[in-house]
Amino acid sequence: MSDTAMSDTAMSDTAMNDTAEHAEAHDHPTNRYFIWTAAVLALFTALETSTYWIDFGSFATPLLLILMTIKFFVILLVFMHLKYDSKLFGALFYIGLGLAIGVYVAALSTFQFFAG
Amino acid sequence: MFLGSECLLFGGLISTYMLYRGRHEGGPGPAQVFDIPLTSVSSFVLLMSSLTMVLAVNAAKVRDDRNTKLWLTVTALLGSLFVGGQVYEFTAFYKEGLGFTTSLFSSSFFTLTGFHGAHVGIGVMMLLALVAIISRDRVTGDKAEVVEMVGLYWHFVDVVWVVIFTLVYLIPA
Repeated sequence: MSDTAMSDTAMSDTAMNDTAEHAEAHDHPTNRYFIWTAAVLALFTALETSTYWIDFGSFATPLLLILMTIKFFVILLVFMHLKYDSKLFGALFYIGLGLAIGVYVAALSTFQFFAG
Repeated sequence: MFLGSECLLFGGLISTYMLYRGRHEGGPGPAQVFDIPLTSVSSFVLLMSSLTMVLAVNAAKVRDDRNTKLWLTVTALLGSLFVGGQVYEFTAFYKEGLGFTTSLFSSSFFTLTGFHGAHVGIGVMMLLALVAIISRDRVTGDKAEVVEMVGLYWHFVDVVWVVIFTLVYLIPA
């Protein structure tokens, strides 16, 4: 094999290794990433708790629901690894979640829970 | 599948609580008994236990048994701390006149949070059992996968608390 061909092969192998490492980095988040995620979740929890002392008026309930939803999906996608898993798992989960929410919204509606 | 069935269980319990939280029929209501600062600390403790759980999973993936056991033990300790906080809260509520059968609000509240606390307790036992199994090198199959499965259960328990903390404690009735 000529020097040029060997060099091309070596560069191709290096590029393949970089791609594999990049993919692996996405498959297995580092501890530092998890710690930052936990810090963000703690910040959101502190913000939620602040509604006990600070009067947000009519914004309190929507704010709490939004923060709850964000925390729910962050734990799901990052800590439970759904972000890095097969799309099939994500689809199965979201279909199930949607069905469950639908069932309980329907159940609560029969008791006129949303009628105020 | 198992976590899906647990979602349906807690969905039903949360829905029932939301229906009955205004039904305290002369007994103490949420505003009279809830200690938000204490519950916030409990929430933070459970959140941090989710962090230590993923650190355990990461350690298991690189076959670092020492750190796997360390983080699993810390997770179990934090979970126990959470359960201890719940027990303290329940006894405080009882002393303030809120028993299981006091009102529809109290029954649905204790059922919901009691079931969640039981799930955390079972999770703690699973974590400690896993530490013991790893110590004796008795894990069958892929060790990292076993730790990850236990981790999924633990994160589920945390995610349910995220919902309970907001809907039960923080959003005013």
